[in-house]
Amino acid sequence: MSLPERQTDVGPPHFEKFLPPVIKNNYGKWKYHEVLSPGTMVHVAESGDELYTVRVASPRILATETIREVCDLAEKYCDGHLRFTTRNNIELLISDKAKLDPCVAELKEKGYMIGGIGPRISNVIHTQGWVHCHSACTDASGIVKAMMDELHEYFTTKELPNKVRLAVACCVNMCGAVHVSDIAVVAVHRKVPTIDDENVGKMCEIPTTVGSCPTSAIRPNPKTKSVSINEEKCMYCGNCFTVCPPIDIHRPEDDGVAIVVGGKIGSLRTSPKFSKLAIPFFYNEPPRWPKVVDAIKNIIDVYAANAKKHERVGEWIERVGWEDFFKLTGIEFTFQHIDDFTFMRDTLRTSAAFKY
Amino acid sequence: MAKYDTPMLDELEKGPWPSFVTEIKKAAKTNKMSDDELGQLEKSFQTKRGYWKHGGIVGVLGYGSGVIGRYSSLPEEFPGVAHFHTYRINQPSGFFYTSAALKEICDIWDKYGSGLTNMHGSTGDLVLLGTTTEALEPLFAEYSSRGWDLGGSGSAMRTPSCCVGMARCEWANIDAMGICNHMTQHFQDELHRPAFPYKFKIKVSGCACDCVAAIARADLSIIGTWKGNIRIDQAEVKKYADGGMDIQSEIIDMCPTDCMSYDGGEIKINDVQCSRCMHCIAKMTKALRQGEEKGATVLVGSKAPIVVGSLISWVLVPFIKCDDEDFEKLTELTENIIEWWDDNAKPRERLGELIEVKGMRPLLEAVGVDPQPQQVREPRKDPFFFWADSDFEK
Repeated sequence: MSLPERQTDVGPPHFEKFLPPVIKNNYGKWKYHEVLSPGTMVHVAESGDELYTVRVASPRILATETIREVCDLAEKYCDGHLRFTTRNNIELLISDKAKLDPCVAELKEKGYMIGGIGPRISNVIHTQGWVHCHSACTDASGIVKAMMDELHEYFTTKELPNKVRLAVACCVNMCGAVHVSDIAVVAVHRKVPTIDDENVGKMCEIPTTVGSCPTSAIRPNPKTKSVSINEEKCMYCGNCFTVCPPIDIHRPEDDGVAIVVGGKIGSLRTSPKFSKLAIPFFYNEPPRWPKVVDAIKNIIDVYAANAKKHERVGEWIERVGWEDFFKLTGIEFTFQHIDDFTFMRDTLRTSAAFKY
Repeated sequence: MAKYDTPMLDELEKGPWPSFVTEIKKAAKTNKMSDDELGQLEKSFQTKRGYWKHGGIVGVLGYGSGVIGRYSSLPEEFPGVAHFHTYRINQPSGFFYTSAALKEICDIWDKYGSGLTNMHGSTGDLVLLGTTTEALEPLFAEYSSRGWDLGGSGSAMRTPSCCVGMARCEWANIDAMGICNHMTQHFQDELHRPAFPYKFKIKVSGCACDCVAAIARADLSIIGTWKGNIRIDQAEVKKYADGGMDIQSEIIDMCPTDCMSYDGGEIKINDVQCSRCMHCIAKMTKALRQGEEKGATVLVGSKAPIVVGSLISWVLVPFIKCDDEDFEKLTELTENIIEWWDDNAKPRERLGELIEVKGMRPLLEAVGVDPQPQQVREPRKDPFFFWADSDFEK
């Protein structure tokens, strides 16, 4: 069977091809929107035209079978129009108001979870994990599933003071938004990598390997034609492994995850913030990481009980102070919490005024 | 098929949240690659470690990016995933599809790959998860002939991404999807043929809510903003109050610049003091609308922790017009930023890290932007500073 003729550098199809007529007619002319339920909203244009959206949870890993099923629903209710959100939810785009309720009903009947709009927990940004990454030291999809089974009511119904953005990264490369999320899980190593000198010499570029280390712990070792690692300087980031596979950072029995909190992206009220360390380590406990899930649930409960309306996790913590965050959540404060990396001088306290 | 017992993974089919295990099993019903993926993943859950090797160099003719080589470290045990490469399809801006287009993508993928996808990857691509080296050229012929090109990978321009923008959001100050599509088309060569020191990401958000995380996840962050007064509909303000909103505590008291007041009837805004943070507009979308002179703030440098710590983007250009006729100006600015980075960066040095080494001044001079207080949170504190010859001429 012959293949069609390949084309290069055509780029993606123009989005206009995929927009429903109501969007084409009102592009850039939307006036307001209203959240109708935790998973539905209506956008109203200057012209008075309306577009209804139904937001559906997704595990991000989708089989073609599921995509086809969602497409069938889009054909039935949306003239085939659908999109995905930046947090990997599926959105059905309904132009005919009469089709909204039947669409929601059929989605529910088929077991889809509708929600994620407003001051709630939307879908979790996460990485590939053991499913598909060489660098993973935990499984991202597994933690997300375990976490959201516990928190799903914050997607479908329950409200929080503001939205809580969750993320999971399966290593410090953070192909997710962990460094700027309200609450996030990031997998970490805790032991100095081992070096297979023979293969380092064969497979790796020594200057690149030396240059990959953020703490200058790696030096060339002319005797072995490989490199050596200063154990006192190594912070186990694993970037050397990324550029030089014979440097092995994986220790299944010592690897695990940390929890960080208080990051945000929007500029609303306060500037975007980095997430900061809340809990330095939990062992990997597949398939459901119960201690990680409990710890996240606890942070969310304490936030829900203490934050003012519209305060994000980071804004609440900054208002009450980190010393109160540790007190209220009961999380132990350790040496690992005190920064000794590049931005340390901005993080130590420079005032005699603080709380107990 | 179902060749494997998967007691650990089966646990993750229980519970209300949609299960990725169920998705892999669906694909595994008819696809041997997905079945072995399931087997290998169960082994990872049992032993707490991954079994994927570093990516090898695979791709399609004439391209250096878009396909990420992935090989199992246990090819005898799991032959179906001996090769399990990622094929990144550049998504349409705003992630809009028709069912017909998606079904066509699925049909081709079922023929040549695992039947598993990521909708979508972290950068924005439609990710097809797992295929063999032999299938890459046929896949490319099938997809590219239908108008679906590859996305970026490696030390190249990465697939630009954006929020929903003007397609469905009243807060969009700029045509985020239009800019994203324009940039993607403009930088096709840079996207497909890695020639940069390291990755370069572009993200476009229509307002400061920043739904695509441009400010934290892109070397070049374009974020919509405005000039001029916030437009107030006092009748709608009254409706929010009547509806039970505590305007004083929820809006006025939470304004970061203290530029709003409310007398129980009307909202007043001292717009000169407003920093355009979006809090009041986001909470009272029927009553408050942005000012009418629209444009974007261009920020640079954000990235995840590797190598020297995570960064949030820094303001480079406080305000730039972004109407259709300004798109070329925006691409020219982008080209100038990239050229400065490409000329000065070491291998694997991101733009933000280079700025930390060189300072902001050389970049500002390279792109012809004047120093402005909007670019800093505060001026320097220590009396160490450089003087260039040009400074003496003033």
